[in-house]
Amino acid sequence: MIEIKNLTKKFGSHVSLDNVSCSFKKNDSVALMGANGAGKTTLIRSILGYYHPDSGEVLINGSNPIKERIKVLQDISFVPQLPPPIKLSIQELMHYISVSANVEVELIKHYANEMKLDISANLSKSFFKLSGGMKQKLLIAISLAKKSSIIIYDEPTANLDPKARDDFYRLLRKNEDEKTLLFVTHRLEEVQELVNRQIYMDMGKIISDEIF
Amino acid sequence: MKNLYLIAYLDLKESIRAKWFLVYSLVFGGLIALFFIAGVTESQVMGFSGLSRLLLMYIQITIVILPIFILITTVRSISGDRDNHILEYMLSFPISLKQYYWGKIIGRFITVYIPVLFAMIIAIVYGAMKGADIPWSIFFLYTGLLFSLSSTFLGIAFFISSFVKSSEVALGIAFFIWIFLLAFIDIALISLMMQQRFNEGFIIFIAMINPMELFRVAAISLFDPELTVMGPVAYYILDLMSQRAFVLLSIGYPLLLGVLFAWFGFMIFKKKDLV
Ligand SMILES: Nc1ncnc2c1ncn2[C@@H]1O[C@H](COP(=O)(O)OP(=O)(O)OP(=O)(O)O)[C@@H](O)[C@H]1O
Ligand SMILES: [Mg+2]
Repeated sequence: MIEIKNLTKKFGSHVSLDNVSCSFKKNDSVALMGANGAGKTTLIRSILGYYHPDSGEVLINGSNPIKERIKVLQDISFVPQLPPPIKLSIQELMHYISVSANVEVELIKHYANEMKLDISANLSKSFFKLSGGMKQKLLIAISLAKKSSIIIYDEPTANLDPKARDDFYRLLRKNEDEKTLLFVTHRLEEVQELVNRQIYMDMGKIISDEIF
Repeated sequence: MKNLYLIAYLDLKESIRAKWFLVYSLVFGGLIALFFIAGVTESQVMGFSGLSRLLLMYIQITIVILPIFILITTVRSISGDRDNHILEYMLSFPISLKQYYWGKIIGRFITVYIPVLFAMIIAIVYGAMKGADIPWSIFFLYTGLLFSLSSTFLGIAFFISSFVKSSEVALGIAFFIWIFLLAFIDIALISLMMQQRFNEGFIIFIAMINPMELFRVAAISLFDPELTVMGPVAYYILDLMSQRAFVLLSIGYPLLLGVLFAWFGFMIFKKKDLV
């Protein structure tokens, strides 16, 4: 359960989120859409507790994601818009995640396998040396292996080939039950089957919110 | 705690693979090798010879170059990870900011300290094999001095890293601090002295709050317990405290300074947006 109350976030004089209120419940699968610069990423980062809001608040199951970040993040899986240039090897990255978030490495390998990513051939390779699509596949595998009740994807399919996209949507459909799914996308037709709610943002505001 | 070790361990592994670490280790190891090749241990200057003389030269050079090495390699650690969105991903896992920040510092500390220490150990071992006397007291003093020298500049570097916006600015600030501590204070102090407007005690106080100046004096203090190289300044210092107290101060104060800077950096890191 995510509750956003009158959230405003400014960068200098630019208002990126303008008094946004909404909530996401269990079994909500949301396509979050809107033009470039509408504020989608800013909203997601606020949910993850990365931004100190200018006013308003975010509550995840009643907890503030900044003050109780460990508790909140235990229950969130997240794939960012751009895979970061992490210098750790794949093995080290998986070690980091398995220790910090209690995720089984075997499970990551399992989902990577399902995404047609051969991890064992790349274990000692630096993460940033993988191809763009391979990076995204690994991050997706990690997000699925981390059993969270909130899953947040900020355009995770940009670099995936059509085949990989299908794999991804298939896996996601299997895993979205009893969860809250937030999916930032510019291609509604792709996620149509996956979502039951569409939100449009523009200029830092939610301009439409349809449940169907 | 396990997350603290985790972050430190991974940062250490990542640094050791980095090119700068190789250069860094080669510089300090190379310095020692160069001294042996140049026959520093055989020459005699000011009555010091053998390994003592070698260690003294080593630390005098290290005091100058270690700070800039630490500043340059570390000043972008937090700000760089923020810029290229590594923080955005790594901090999406349930790890506290405290564990992340201090884990990074511990990892980085080990990375910068081990090579300078190791170079000294190599010198001792090699010297011993060639039959030189081992100056243990000097070795232990320098181990302590390098420890606190590393911590001072690591603390300053993380402090800068916590608030700067761009890497260029971070580097600029790092250079400025280094030059300022290295040269400007000396020059400024001499001109203050010449003006004779302030009493000497005050000027010495200013000199001694500069960690680099303090290290320089402390490094020589074992060879020269009366601190004669410092001229009249020595009277003020030794009037104020015993030589032993001075050595403790020269290790304790910079260490404290480093921890304080690092702590301020953490406060800023916690208060600011993470991405
Ligand atoms: N750290 C920041 N500093 C300054 N401005 C920012 C920052 N982050 C976002 N903005 C601004 O906030 C606005 C919203 O950005 P945001 O990244 O949320 O857009 P978005 O909806 O995710 O767009 P896209 O579809 O291109 O990813 C933009 O105008 C952007 O320039
Ligand atoms: Mg975005």
